[in-house]
Amino acid sequence: MAETILELKNIVVRHGETIALRVPSLGVAQGEVLAVIGPNGAGKSTLLRVMGLLERPAEGEVYFRGRAVADADTLALRRRMASVFQEPLLLAATVYDNATLGLRLRGFDRRAIERRVAPWLERLGITHLVKRPARSLSGGEAQRTSLARALALDPELLLLDEPFSALDPPTRDGLILDLEKILRDTGITTVFVTHDRDEAGMLGERIAVLIGGGLLQVGAAAEVFAQPVDESVAGFVGVETRLPGVVESVGEGLAQIALDGRAIEVVGDFQIGERVIVCLRPEDVTLGSPHGDGVKSSARNRLAARVAKINPWGFHYRVALDCGGARLVALVTRPSFVDLGLREGEEVMASFKATAVHVIRRK
Amino acid sequence: MELLWEGIKHALAALLAGDREVIDITLLSLRISGAATLISLLLGVPLGIAIAQSRFPGRNLVASLVNTGMGLPPVVVGLFVSILLWRNGPLGFLELLYTPAAMISAQVIIAFPIVAGLTMSAFQTLDPKLGLQLLGIGASKPQLLWLLCKEAKLPLLAAVMAGFGGVISEVGASMMVGGNIRGQTRVLTTATVLETGKGNFEIAIALGLILLALTFAVNLLLTYIQQREQIRWPRPS
Repeated sequence: MAETILELKNIVVRHGETIALRVPSLGVAQGEVLAVIGPNGAGKSTLLRVMGLLERPAEGEVYFRGRAVADADTLALRRRMASVFQEPLLLAATVYDNATLGLRLRGFDRRAIERRVAPWLERLGITHLVKRPARSLSGGEAQRTSLARALALDPELLLLDEPFSALDPPTRDGLILDLEKILRDTGITTVFVTHDRDEAGMLGERIAVLIGGGLLQVGAAAEVFAQPVDESVAGFVGVETRLPGVVESVGEGLAQIALDGRAIEVVGDFQIGERVIVCLRPEDVTLGSPHGDGVKSSARNRLAARVAKINPWGFHYRVALDCGGARLVALVTRPSFVDLGLREGEEVMASFKATAVHVIRRK
Repeated sequence: MELLWEGIKHALAALLAGDREVIDITLLSLRISGAATLISLLLGVPLGIAIAQSRFPGRNLVASLVNTGMGLPPVVVGLFVSILLWRNGPLGFLELLYTPAAMISAQVIIAFPIVAGLTMSAFQTLDPKLGLQLLGIGASKPQLLWLLCKEAKLPLLAAVMAGFGGVISEVGASMMVGGNIRGQTRVLTTATVLETGKGNFEIAIALGLILLALTFAVNLLLTYIQQREQIRWPRPS
């Protein structure tokens, strides 16, 4: 069991009258990358400020390596962490002066500074920029400088607050890949805050979902994406199809659930009569011609549907389906879309595996 | 034109000849206004930063008071300082009236709101998140203040220049609380007034030119500092 670097207990942060954050318990283990996701205004940045000892909570304690943080230790402990923010606010100085700022604030001599910062400048691909005024950098270069500034400190805890949100997609993708490799190679303990679930899925080993100032779910990335605990988490992690239903019959580890007149099969132990919400990710729904064409499939669920709406979705098409009242969403690649010749109003067969369905019990 | 030209010649002659009285008056002007500017910085910069960085009820009122103070008429300041320091006044026991100390006090009251007001607006041009980011990479509170001042150095030095320019050139308060005593409280501005009154235009012009040259030299120096890129870093605390 890895050591817990930072732990929050019974944290409450108020901004004016409203409670901005309420975290009964959250720990960050040595070497892990914890991604905190949630919509704008959910309290993510507040959470990160509390972790970084930049904002004192109204209630609760922050523990660093098992010891409650006292006011007198704040500066010393802050210097064992490093934060990177959405907008890298660099000083009116050169890239080198900015990248070395944290080390200089800690009183390292010139040679030690050079020794510690040089590998990071290299690794982040900004060595050739060191003499440039920081204000002349592009967004991506500035964020790389900001990352070098933090990583050169060799922090015991790295706090990243939406570091990619202000970047254009190609710049963002390049930086995410570089950062992912850096975090994997170095094993730096990291808390990464984002509103983008794809970014969270790429970097986070564990994911915490923060909505409305509360932690709704904390777990392994795959688990949070596949098995959201409630409807709001499901919605946020990209489970577009969420349908209310009732368990009709059970047996052999499968259960039949009635949805608005249609029945589907899911995996799991349920009681007859239980009220549930059926969750289905759009990428798990496959579409075929309405007569099945005799193709055998391992998908247990086949529903006749009508195409209600088609939206281009990057490289995919997002197809909204109407299955006699129940609304399903499917994600179809462009080539498949062309092959199927999908059009709005047409009849199709939607199929998905019983194991692809995640069921939330309604309270 | 003849008069002006004679004045310029006279000024150069006085300076080249090393006229003791002119040099003493010049040095006293520099000392008094320099000291007043320095004290104004010590008071005005922290106040300006505090108003810019904090949120408290009545903050706008304090800010408007400071901004009003930036335009205080020197004669009014002179009047109030005179009343305070008058022999029977509340601070009369200090026996400061008609001393350089009285002039410095009056000039501080003139310059300090200018410095505070300009510092306040200098700090308000900084991104409010900058402080948080600097703390986030390990700045202590004193380091944070230093870095913020360094980021705002252009407008901050403008504040120094405006403060100094305001007091080196004022005459009303210096005349009233200093008394223009020869060899003790006579400065460039009060001497210029006196000589003009006596009809000694040549000397008055000479004094005026010295005042202009002095102001120019100080601002030139500050501008050089302002526009210089490299500033030394403080030792970490």
